[in-house]
Amino acid sequence: MSGPLLAIRDLRVDFATEKGTVRALFGVSLSIDPGETVGLVGESGCGKSVTALSILRLLPSPPAIVRGGEILLRGENLLDLPEKRMCEVRGKAVSMIFQEPMTSLNPVLTVGEQVAEVFTAHRECGRREAAARAVSWLGKVRMPDPERRAREYPHQMSGGMRQRAMIATALALEPSLLIADEPTTALDVTIQAQIMALLQEMRERERMAVLLITHDLGVVHDFADRTAIMYLGRIVEIAPTKGLFSDPIHPYTQGLLASLPGKGTGTARLSSIPGAVPDLSSVPPGCPFADRCPYRQAALDRFRGGADSRDSLGICDREDPPLFEYAPGHFAACHYQRAMRGGGAS
Amino acid sequence: MLRFIVRRLLLTIPLLVGISLISFLMIHLAPGGPISIATDLNPRATADARARLEKYYGLDRPLHVQYARWLERMATLDFGDSFSPDGRPVAQKIRERIPITLTINVLSMGLILLVAIPIGIYSAVHRGSLFDRASTVFVFTGFSIPTFWLALLLMILFGVKLGWLPISGIGSLDYQSLGLAGKIADRARHLLLPVLLAGFSGLAGMSRYMRSNMLEVIRQDYIASARAKGLPERKVVYRHAMRNAVLPVITILGLSVPDLLGGSVIFETIFAIPGMGQLFYQGVMSRDYPLIMGILTIGAFLTLLGNLLADVGYALADPRIRQG
Amino acid sequence: MTGSGGIWRDFARRLLRNRLAAAGGLVILFFFLVAAFPALFTSRNPDRIDVSVILQPPSAAHPLGTDDLGRDVLARVVYGARVSMKVGFVAVGIATAIGLVIGLLSGFYGGRVDAVLMRFVDIMLCFPTFFLILSVIAFLSPSIVNIMAVIGLTGWMGVARLVRAETLSLKERDFVAAARAQGAGTARIVFRHILPNALAPVLVSATLGVAGAILTESALSFLGIGVQPPTPSWGNILTIGKNYIEFAWWLSLFPGLAILFTVLGYNLLGEGIRDAADPRLSGR
Repeated sequence: MSGPLLAIRDLRVDFATEKGTVRALFGVSLSIDPGETVGLVGESGCGKSVTALSILRLLPSPPAIVRGGEILLRGENLLDLPEKRMCEVRGKAVSMIFQEPMTSLNPVLTVGEQVAEVFTAHRECGRREAAARAVSWLGKVRMPDPERRAREYPHQMSGGMRQRAMIATALALEPSLLIADEPTTALDVTIQAQIMALLQEMRERERMAVLLITHDLGVVHDFADRTAIMYLGRIVEIAPTKGLFSDPIHPYTQGLLASLPGKGTGTARLSSIPGAVPDLSSVPPGCPFADRCPYRQAALDRFRGGADSRDSLGICDREDPPLFEYAPGHFAACHYQRAMRGGGAS
Repeated sequence: MLRFIVRRLLLTIPLLVGISLISFLMIHLAPGGPISIATDLNPRATADARARLEKYYGLDRPLHVQYARWLERMATLDFGDSFSPDGRPVAQKIRERIPITLTINVLSMGLILLVAIPIGIYSAVHRGSLFDRASTVFVFTGFSIPTFWLALLLMILFGVKLGWLPISGIGSLDYQSLGLAGKIADRARHLLLPVLLAGFSGLAGMSRYMRSNMLEVIRQDYIASARAKGLPERKVVYRHAMRNAVLPVITILGLSVPDLLGGSVIFETIFAIPGMGQLFYQGVMSRDYPLIMGILTIGAFLTLLGNLLADVGYALADPRIRQG
Repeated sequence: MTGSGGIWRDFARRLLRNRLAAAGGLVILFFFLVAAFPALFTSRNPDRIDVSVILQPPSAAHPLGTDDLGRDVLARVVYGARVSMKVGFVAVGIATAIGLVIGLLSGFYGGRVDAVLMRFVDIMLCFPTFFLILSVIAFLSPSIVNIMAVIGLTGWMGVARLVRAETLSLKERDFVAAARAQGAGTARIVFRHILPNALAPVLVSATLGVAGAILTESALSFLGIGVQPPTPSWGNILTIGKNYIEFAWWLSLFPGLAILFTVLGYNLLGEGIRDAADPRLSGR
């Protein structure tokens, strides 16, 4: 099949709050090929989860409003689908696992019932067969003693086991795209490795595409074919993972990588870049990263100190930089790098 | 589960002791003690009654012995004899009156459940809709309307103006001559308004409670994951959300017992229903102290029982406790 | 404590913006005026008996009709407002004071004190409140003072639990630890740091409590064990209404409407205060 499996184009999402409208996504574009794994990295609140939830149209509305853009799954715009058709997509063509296994399972239904539900919801088979297939899937995700566990309730299981159950549910209908929203964040470190290994194995066996949302660059390094970096509701850099790690272009990405203790092995959180993430409700014009950007700040210091006769990066305060391609498939949105490195328009 | 029930039963023991202590104190701390207050304020309390009372409370004994006797009487539901002219044992009088009171209260609980749960769920799912706003108005009116006044209005409307429903008692004059079907229909016609009114304010409270519960549940992660599986909204609401939202209702139902019992005084008096509430009212009006203390104690027992049943019911319904 | 003025200003603005709460406040204000200046609303004497106009339907002379003794119903409803407003306030004042003390003691000292006091609350809650009130009234005698006292003495348990929970969570907070580290005494911690922060939920429960107390008083008076005639109260006018239910609907309608609107006013205001104090919960 030619063309991407999923193509998000210029997605804009707002949230209506008491204090007025807050923009969560500023024209996000992202595509995923069949079988490909794309990592989506950013600080909390940058719009990773909003992007993921809008693919499945699971954003709570109100307050969320999709202002524009399209989300094409094999060329079909999911944003235009009637709710009934959308239900057929969820869990079957595109499925999702969530960050919090402790709260993502319904406390009053057995784990077996909840896995089996995905079969009956999509009319794959009857109740009895669904129960049997649920047990077999629990086995496939290495749930110990799946027969017994299927009859248990979520509170009787550890976080790791619950996440296995969530994965079984997500994979049960062999979706072509799996969205994994911080699948290991809430788990113990040892369990994290097991769950990632399981996801790796399943991805290869089922040949599905994965959109892996995380704030852990180490995970992305080991797992993703391509990586997108998000900042304040925008993708600021996207590249093949190798290229991103060897030659990060956006100063934000550079800061993230510099904060890793050792490339590829670290699990450092993205907090060591100076400055705080600004409040989304008060985004000024210009580059969203300007306040924290070392290039911008250096230029400003030179100008104010009299070393430069004019503010060489004044554009950073006026225009939101678009993405430019610096190497094949390697895009970044930065006025400074554009000026320094050149590069063709995307 | 058995352990849970046993533990729960043990917890009621201090409460039972407390109930007995408070009712004991109420009688003894009353100005002038139990006898003088009863006889001074009650013109009908004769010398004979005074003698009976003195014997009943064992007033010549030390206080702790008196309390021990009181405990013993309570345990055997022996509340002494009524001051009323018939002078019958209080326990016997209560026993005759209690079934009709419980019947009405159980029926109105059923009504509350049947009506309030759907209203609450529908309001929450269609938050901000016309129905939601209308039900909010209904809820606030329900909270604010004096039940006895609503009873008067309904009596005027259905009893006096339209003449559809009887406005007092629990059976027509010719009740005994009716066939079985006739008897049931007659009883139903007499109980319709009382049941409706007994449940009215509970109805408002419960639908509000149900609505906020449902709104809370719908924000939970497991609802998002149920949607992500591709379940249609109907199933998400009725299979996943509703079960969790309805669970705590069991507890609330248990907690509503004292309010329902208190309300029975009012509507049984208004509709002349020969239940425990009316008996209590008559007792208060004639200062029939043994009767008052008897019904007060029974009321506390029933409340305790309601809470106990609610806790056990909740434990049975919630796997986190059942399997925990 | 910087910005606390701002918090209260925010609170007041949110409360005023809530149209229902503002409407509730206006209704209460109106009935307060009625209670304070009854002569402004009726020129008649509520106790004047006139056998020539017994049980008259509403007319120009008697806008809300007359009762079985020929007394003007409007005048009785107007003067009856005094009872309701007074009972609501005093009863809830008593209940809130007791609840605050017990809740603060329980939450602040914890341990044995807490265990004993909370068991006491549990025990009190076992008695159906209305039964308890009636029993006590039977021992005393029905009068407006006794009614207020009894409603107050049987209605503090909810406040106590609420204050206890607030105190428990507040005393773990940093600003209390900081105050303690600076050597603030118990009294200072309680009155300066805990009480002000626990005030909003107490205010909500007190406002809703007034609504409940007014309902209880009217029910007691209706049953003849509350405010005694000839003192007019909304509840005891309704008693007469019930006696003449088949001929004189006006005796049943108007006092009830007065109760409904007053209680509704307090309930709306209470909910409004709740929403304004904690905007996260609004609409729930």
